Amino acid sequence: MAAPESYPDELKYHPEHDWARIEGEDATLGVTWFAQDALGELVHYEAPAVGSTVTKDESYGEVESVKAVSDIVAPLSGEVVEVNQKVVDEPETVNDDPYGEGWLIRIRMSDPGEVDALMDAEAYREHVAEQ
Amino acid sequence: MEATLHRTPLYARHVALGARLVPFAGFEMPVQYEGVIPEHRAVRSDCGVFDVSHMGELHVDGPTAQAFLQATLSNDLDRVGDGEAQYTLLTNEQGGIVDDLIVYRFAHGQFLLVVNASNREAVFGWLKDREPRGTEVRDASDEYGLLAVQGPRSLERLGLSDAPAFTHDMGEIDGVEVMICRTGYTGEKGVELCCAAEDALELWDTVVARNAVPCGLGARDTLRLEVCYPLHGNDIGPETDAISAGLGWACALATEFTGVDVLRRIREDGPTRKLVPFVMEERAVPRHGMPIEGGGEVTSGTHSPMLDQGIGMGYVPAGSSAPGYELTIDVRGRPRRARVVTKPIYRKEE
Repeated sequence: MAAPESYPDELKYHPEHDWARIEGEDATLGVTWFAQDALGELVHYEAPAVGSTVTKDESYGEVESVKAVSDIVAPLSGEVVEVNQKVVDEPETVNDDPYGEGWLIRIRMSDPGEVDALMDAEAYREHVAEQ
Repeated sequence: MEATLHRTPLYARHVALGARLVPFAGFEMPVQYEGVIPEHRAVRSDCGVFDVSHMGELHVDGPTAQAFLQATLSNDLDRVGDGEAQYTLLTNEQGGIVDDLIVYRFAHGQFLLVVNASNREAVFGWLKDREPRGTEVRDASDEYGLLAVQGPRSLERLGLSDAPAFTHDMGEIDGVEVMICRTGYTGEKGVELCCAAEDALELWDTVVARNAVPCGLGARDTLRLEVCYPLHGNDIGPETDAISAGLGWACALATEFTGVDVLRRIREDGPTRKLVPFVMEERAVPRHGMPIEGGGEVTSGTHSPMLDQGIGMGYVPAGSSAPGYELTIDVRGRPRRARVVTKPIYRKEE
């Protein structure tokens, strides 16, 4: 079943509805509850290759529902060190658990200073309220 | 500014049910309530109800109406008796498809045409311009509500007995007077219920109370695509002909109607391209407008909830249209393999 709306305090957020969990030099990335709700049940995740680089504010992949396709925007820059194969195989995992099992990629950050430009949960909640 | 959108008589119900509303053919319509996939599954396994009140209803009446429609629509209207219905095409001089529609015959000289919402004005204008003495064409779209109740348990849910497809009769559901049409756009058993606009709310409520699951346009699209029913504006249109679109069965080429000469020639020579159904061999969702390698284009595409894979229809050169033929679809710059299949794409296991 779809998860209830939430924006965890421990995450950082990008205005294009992506989140980042900072873990030392690495960051785990995904899309927010708002993004998955707007799309509906996901049926396809076009993931980047491990070893490729992603650039802050640029698309690194796509998620699709029955009705729509959406670019996934990188909140941070870095090298892809892991792709969540569970979401490739079962894209609806993102709807069920957008911040847990539904993570999309893990990156090694190339510029950790970029984190400072992201929103905290409170700012992102206000951003969502304006949508 | 956008033009003001029309609303069906059921607008308040859609809002109350939390539907996601989108503009469609000039109407504010529900694309989904709970979600496209659960709604789709409800129709395949049990019963769903769709508000299709946005569709157009045209009355064509008079002593010359039969001859007029026979000379205007592609199928053989003379084969349709009282209480029967027929899928047919309104064709232009080039053999293109102005609209695909269902004609219902009540009696000699008494017909109802149910047309696509986006073509209502085009069809009405086309017929009105050519209306002969002794025929009256009247746009009655605003006078009716129309609900499609579809699924293997739909008749049981509504307390209706079975009847042959493409027939219709007057009846009532819990006291609401309805025209019961044995037609649909999902590939499932079911009915389309036409009622007075002022009765539409009561009819909707009674159908929902009988456990039909409210379904939006999203599920309507995935359901029709799984069974390869064409969507006008996507798969067929004024620039595409019925033969290439695989709708030759709806064209009585032995009769005379607008554009029939062109269609006879295409049938004779063989179409140069054909509308074919396909399934993706790799994970990807084909979409309308995506190029098919070798000179073709996807006209409809989605993710099939029943098959859990990408499916679609598209025009391809006749030489690569046979079932089994491998296609390569350009999915936003990525080549993805697909295979031509036979209709329907999804077939229920009996």
